[in-house]
Amino acid sequence: MSKSKQTRSQSKRVVVYLNGIYLGFHDNGDELVKSILEKRSIRELTPNLNISYNKKTGEVHLNTTGGRLRRPYIVVKNGKPLLTEEHLEKLKSGEITWDDLVAEGVIDYLDSEEEDSLSYIAMDESELTSDHTHLEINPASITGAIVSTIPYPDHNSSPRLTMAASMMKQSLGLYAVNFNYRLDSRAHILFYPQVPLVQSASYSALNYDKRPAGQNFVVAVMSYYGYNMSDAVVVNKNSVERALSRSVFYKTYETEERRYPGGQKDKLMVPNPNIMGYREEELYRNLDEDGIIMPEVEVKPRDVLIGKVSPPRFMEEVATFGITEEKRRENSVTAKGGDYATVDSVMLTESLAGNKLVKVKLRSLKVPEVGDKFASRHGQKGVISYIAPQEDLPFTKSGVVPDLIINPHAIPSRMTAGHILEMLGGKASALDGEYVDSTMFSGTPEDELRAVLKKYGFEEGGEEVLYDGITGEKYKATIFIGVIYYQRLHHLVSNKMHVRSRGPVQLLTHQPTEGKAREGGLRFGEMERDCLIGYGASQLIKDRLLEESDKTIVRVCADCGSLGVYDYSKRREYCPICKGTRMDEIEMSYAFKLLLDEIKSLNVFPRLRTGDKR
Amino acid sequence: MVNIKRSPIVDTGEAVGIVAAQSLGEPGTQMTMRTFHYAGVAEHVPLGLPRLIEIVDARRDISKSLMDIYLTKEYSKDKKKVEKIAKGIEQLTLGKVAKIVEDFENKSIRIIVDVKYLESRNLTFRELVKKISKFLNGSARVRTKSGKYILITAKTSYVQLRKMSMKLKSLHLFGIKGLSKATVAKDDASKEYFIRVGGSNISELKKMEEIDFSRLYTNSIRDIEKHFGIEAARSAIVKEIKQVMDLQGLAVDVRHVMLIADAMCSRGYVEPVGRHGLSGKKESILARAAFEETIKHLVNASIKGEEDKLNGVTENIIIGQTIKLGTGKVKLVMR
Ligand SMILES: [Zn+2]
Repeated sequence: MSKSKQTRSQSKRVVVYLNGIYLGFHDNGDELVKSILEKRSIRELTPNLNISYNKKTGEVHLNTTGGRLRRPYIVVKNGKPLLTEEHLEKLKSGEITWDDLVAEGVIDYLDSEEEDSLSYIAMDESELTSDHTHLEINPASITGAIVSTIPYPDHNSSPRLTMAASMMKQSLGLYAVNFNYRLDSRAHILFYPQVPLVQSASYSALNYDKRPAGQNFVVAVMSYYGYNMSDAVVVNKNSVERALSRSVFYKTYETEERRYPGGQKDKLMVPNPNIMGYREEELYRNLDEDGIIMPEVEVKPRDVLIGKVSPPRFMEEVATFGITEEKRRENSVTAKGGDYATVDSVMLTESLAGNKLVKVKLRSLKVPEVGDKFASRHGQKGVISYIAPQEDLPFTKSGVVPDLIINPHAIPSRMTAGHILEMLGGKASALDGEYVDSTMFSGTPEDELRAVLKKYGFEEGGEEVLYDGITGEKYKATIFIGVIYYQRLHHLVSNKMHVRSRGPVQLLTHQPTEGKAREGGLRFGEMERDCLIGYGASQLIKDRLLEESDKTIVRVCADCGSLGVYDYSKRREYCPICKGTRMDEIEMSYAFKLLLDEIKSLNVFPRLRTGDKR
Repeated sequence: MVNIKRSPIVDTGEAVGIVAAQSLGEPGTQMTMRTFHYAGVAEHVPLGLPRLIEIVDARRDISKSLMDIYLTKEYSKDKKKVEKIAKGIEQLTLGKVAKIVEDFENKSIRIIVDVKYLESRNLTFRELVKKISKFLNGSARVRTKSGKYILITAKTSYVQLRKMSMKLKSLHLFGIKGLSKATVAKDDASKEYFIRVGGSNISELKKMEEIDFSRLYTNSIRDIEKHFGIEAARSAIVKEIKQVMDLQGLAVDVRHVMLIADAMCSRGYVEPVGRHGLSGKKESILARAAFEETIKHLVNASIKGEEDKLNGVTENIIIGQTIKLGTGKVKLVMR
């Protein structure tokens, strides 16, 4: 490196950027940063300003834009936090608010860039030195609102916390207390939601204890006759009958009487049989005179909920006979597949456009069944594989029978020690009658939980002697059994189950439709095809990909090899290209016929040479 | 009685290609990007999926080539002799033996030379200066200072000066071009020493008498094809793919790998699997169009007036016929 370069890098001359845009030079970076920070600390500059200083590149970045992720910290001066007892007292009495603290300069918000370059943050007050600039309010605040409700998160691996957080969002609970009056398009309500026995401090702070989403289960960690392999869980049938994790599912259908250009209008009514697209009479049986279903009526899939007739889609259909006798079309709202439900409520109102609007809310009871998904708050999810009668389930000497049995293999590889701790804590809480605090870094330690169990005459590790409910024999091993908060997740088999043997096909490709809502088939994809080729099952491939999919018979001109047409009026087949009449009937997939059409659109003429099967 | 000798032979109509593809593809999904390193070798050779892709794509410029150089009997047992040869093979550039400093203010380049080292390799300072002057070919002024420094001044732009210093850094002085980081290792099986060197340059090594050319190995399949022929290349493909799978702890039967190597070499030269190779050169128009560049294949086929004989698997599935494999291979004949 040359001399001049060295002197340049030693100088404190910096380039200053404001919100990423070049502002100018400053001769002394250290002084600039110092004065800006000082001015911000006395709030001469906005607390929204963050600053970072890169000595290597000689750049100072000032940021004031929105969209930066920032966190609050207590400001430290000369090794002493500026937040005092006095502040806390005033906060408690309501004399001052959080915003006052920020305005006073007691609390600073830092963005990630400033955290990295100009701040020195202490985790705890005890480790403060004169070099520190800020103090963490609470170490547990490194997580967001949802993760903070996970019990003992400091005992779990971080991927499990992420998973637990995303599963908590899927749990059934009491999402709103006015759910009876709400008309959400889909909603679940849990029967008897419970407050978790093991909870962190943020739980009540978030008012989560007023709208809980789960129940405290007695859980045993053991194998049960091979029914709970992998992540499958066995559930106590009697518990289910006592409404364990029972829920109700609401689904709302709606329609309105729309007005169309030309003065025509929808009409809510029981459709006449002469109307276009009239369904079976049976399906209209539940409709009242006004064409709308009555509350507390039981409905099955395809039943009409709101009868509606609409004007024809094309005006010509009316005009052909010249009479105003309109041929109107059936446009009712029907219950979709799998909707075995009861009408909960019917609402009539007006839409924004001033049209008559009807909403019908269906209610169906969802009792836990094989295939429903459950999860603890540690990313431990599982599906019910068997609902065992209570008499067949293991029991303790005091006669406790678990609500749920999970597989011990679920724990070690995932390293969710928090799950074990929560079970222990739940058990202690159930015995003691006190909630157990499981806040990150400050939760009730394991020793205290063990002491509680010991006090009540239990094995302090949480393990108990269990007896097989079927044989009555004592298990050779002691079984870990405890109380843990379990959530029912909204993936219910009854809402997902779907079969198809025959059904609708797509207009373009003549292949079966896709998806449950369209009564579709399951895709037999490329990799599945490869497997059949590898196995040599050539007839089965043809069956899946042709016979049971989009098989069509096309006419092929024997002279020129193009696709022929059939003239129904003349009852004659001919080739539109060479006008020949010698035709062969060929079976092929409709998709291939489309491919031929598309090749033609490239100005390429594909000829099919036909012949007898070799 | 079961004929054990014939029992592992596949039946006619067995879809060996698909089975080979699946047998390599399934473990391939488990192959992670995390790569283990060759213990003891200085060079970092790509392993796992990136290397596998490199092999089946039959890349010409592989990211890191390696050579194992075995010597003739007179040398191979003596570690000292082998080390000496290894030292001689390694390419040394000016940048490796001298310090090159740019001075932009005076528009000059200073080269500080380790004279003792040069002399140990039989190159005098004077000869080096000559070499540099010849290399620069009058584009700059070359001066010497106190028999240690070389000062090069040029009246050019900064960019040109930087370019010149970069060129000087890579000026070839000793050894064989392209070979670097030669290390001597012991072959446990034959109890002899061999040289493992980064880079690949067979044509230069060919000239050296000390080297046992018949045992020379490189992981560059293209080089093997060029110097040893297609059969050697096929064996190298098998060996390299198998090695990648073994290092990941994935068990794949060699015969699947052999089939892929056979397919890659079947035309007498190594060609890649994929768009520019096997898949792109399929006989059937429909099969090619179904793979990639649909329109290109269809239009080109129409220009040539091609006909699809419908002998393959993909094209028969497309038009909705049974495939000529497995149960579709056999037919009933009425007499
Ligand atoms: Zn024709």
